[in-house]
Amino acid sequence: MRKVKRGERGVGKSSLVHLLCQNQVLGNPSWTVGCSVDVRVHDYKEGTPEEKTYYIELWDVGGSVGSASSVKSTRAVFYNSVNGIILVHDLTNKKSSQNLYRWSLEALNRDLVPTGVLVTNGDYDREQFADNQIPLLVIGTKLDQIHETKRHEVLTRTAFLAEDFNAEEINLDCTNPRYLAAGSSNAVKLSRFFDKVIEKRYFLREGNQIPGFPDRKRFGGGTLKSLHYD
Amino acid sequence: MSFLIDSSIMITSQILFFGFGWLFFMRQLFKDYEVRQYVVQVIFSVTFAFSCTMFELIIFEILKVLNSSSRYFHWKMNLCVILLILVFMVPFYIGYFIVSNIRLLHKQRLLFSCLLWLTFMYFFWKLGDPFPILSPKHGILSIEQLISRVGVIGVTLMALLSGFGAVNCPYTYMSYFLRNVTDADIVALERRLLQTMDMIISKKKRMAMTRRTMFQKGEVHNKPSGFWGMIKSVTTSAPGSENAHFVPDLTLIQQEVDALEELSRQLFLETADLYATKERIEYSKTFKGKYFNFLGYFFSIYCVWKIFMATINIVFDRVGKTDPVTRGIEITVNYLGIQFDVKFWSQHISFILVGIIIVTSIRGLLITLTKFFYAISSSKSSNVIVLLLAQIMGMYFVSSVLLIRMSMPLEYRTIITEVLGELQFNFYHRWFDVIFLVSALSSILFLYLAHKQAPEKHMAP
Repeated sequence: MRKVKRGERGVGKSSLVHLLCQNQVLGNPSWTVGCSVDVRVHDYKEGTPEEKTYYIELWDVGGSVGSASSVKSTRAVFYNSVNGIILVHDLTNKKSSQNLYRWSLEALNRDLVPTGVLVTNGDYDREQFADNQIPLLVIGTKLDQIHETKRHEVLTRTAFLAEDFNAEEINLDCTNPRYLAAGSSNAVKLSRFFDKVIEKRYFLREGNQIPGFPDRKRFGGGTLKSLHYD
Repeated sequence: MSFLIDSSIMITSQILFFGFGWLFFMRQLFKDYEVRQYVVQVIFSVTFAFSCTMFELIIFEILKVLNSSSRYFHWKMNLCVILLILVFMVPFYIGYFIVSNIRLLHKQRLLFSCLLWLTFMYFFWKLGDPFPILSPKHGILSIEQLISRVGVIGVTLMALLSGFGAVNCPYTYMSYFLRNVTDADIVALERRLLQTMDMIISKKKRMAMTRRTMFQKGEVHNKPSGFWGMIKSVTTSAPGSENAHFVPDLTLIQQEVDALEELSRQLFLETADLYATKERIEYSKTFKGKYFNFLGYFFSIYCVWKIFMATINIVFDRVGKTDPVTRGIEITVNYLGIQFDVKFWSQHISFILVGIIIVTSIRGLLITLTKFFYAISSSKSSNVIVLLLAQIMGMYFVSSVLLIRMSMPLEYRTIITEVLGELQFNFYHRWFDVIFLVSALSSILFLYLAHKQAPEKHMAP
């Protein structure tokens, strides 16, 4: 059960992944070459009788949107059978937010090609995102580095951004675990997002075939009903 | 009166260059970053503008545009400003931005940046001692002192870049060196990469589950930290003896995961390399590719010739006295018997030759700087790196002026000699030859090793 994180170099994806998976702050972040993976254990529908535990793999795909096409082709191999996308941008750097459109095109192209939808490069199309079956989440990092006075303006801008993608958004600081503390609104949004991804993956199979979703059973062990470590 | 007209022409051209530098900065260098410190952009554009003005003055010298005395005045003024920027402003701002990044010293930024600048000046001055670049009759604060040192650094840079470029150019252009890459190779490598990722994932799943169970059982620290942590957790959790099994397992698994992650990174880089080679193979089949291939052969001959000439110059301790233009004209007139108006043609040919040299060196430098910038910059250090690049660019262009003197006929050299003072120009040419030779030979060695190592990796099953 796979989710891909996309974003420019230096926005803080690795710190974010570490925070999400290990509930700890990453001490010495260094550059990500290629792709690094981490696993988060998530309780689907926590607190209800239907609670189940799932593994969620977070694939942190490094690099920049202007990379050489050889790097892009290599990255494309990671986009197979993606169940959800987290777009990460840096709140202190406007360009990283603008690049998110190109990032999402790069990923969504992979899955949309089988249905024959042609996308022109660089321009995004709202209808394309409305049609999109893959759940998206937009996360803005380095919130602590934005001065109080500018915060409102920055947050309005990112709200528009999330709307364009038809996605939820979370703004936080990866060096401070309290932003994702249990019960906070951010944690709730995150939980809901993961739940949506799990639903789309496992419960929408009957009936409507989602185009471009190859049926992959490679990552066995995605569903766990009861847990014990032996 | 004519002085005013000349000055206004110069100033207009300077503004044009400034605008070009600004655009280059915005569109190319900083296209992924937000510009917050306009100082950096201004400094970069100003350095670029004044460097280009120097080249413009050389061209004017050859074409005899503008009044001779106003040219001389502008030369002097331009040189003073550039030296001021390269020795005072840019290093100071580099120090300032470095200090701004370090949180501890934030309060006394100015003080520390002044200290850094003084250190820079000390080493900059010391640089001049081992080199025989000046005649001893100059004072301390003369232009010659500063230019000579800037020249040394710049000439070293030029020779390094030139040596590497001379070797790398035929290597990249010629398809003889292209390794044979098939689609099957790429698919196989991708499969290995994904398999490695699978293994990493399964190990991480185990680790995540372990941590969760330990957490649920009420363990205080959910991850053993280091050697003592491991010992402590093993001994203090004696009652819950099943925990003792988990803790050493975690560190072991972590080590395995680290090794696998390193492997996955290497595989990723290799796959990207294969894709790049495949693209180059396809490109070489096109018309443009064939053209570049042919150029590559041409350049390799040129490169060998240059290395040969550099060796001869050093071994026989000679510095070329005549420039290529006069030599070429001599040869055509004396040996081939073609008569033509020497003065007229020498002016035009040297204009074209010098123009080509200038344009290609500017373009080459800007491209190299851009690539370098993309490779190493991050959002924190982008300002410092751009300023470093501006410094390198300034020094590079100043030394180009020094060296270009050799390519011009005698009558055009006088202005440079006058303005720059009595530098030992011969030293610079010798120094260029030495560094060029060293750089070219080490690039050949480096590329040879890299080329040999690569096919072995792919041949393995």
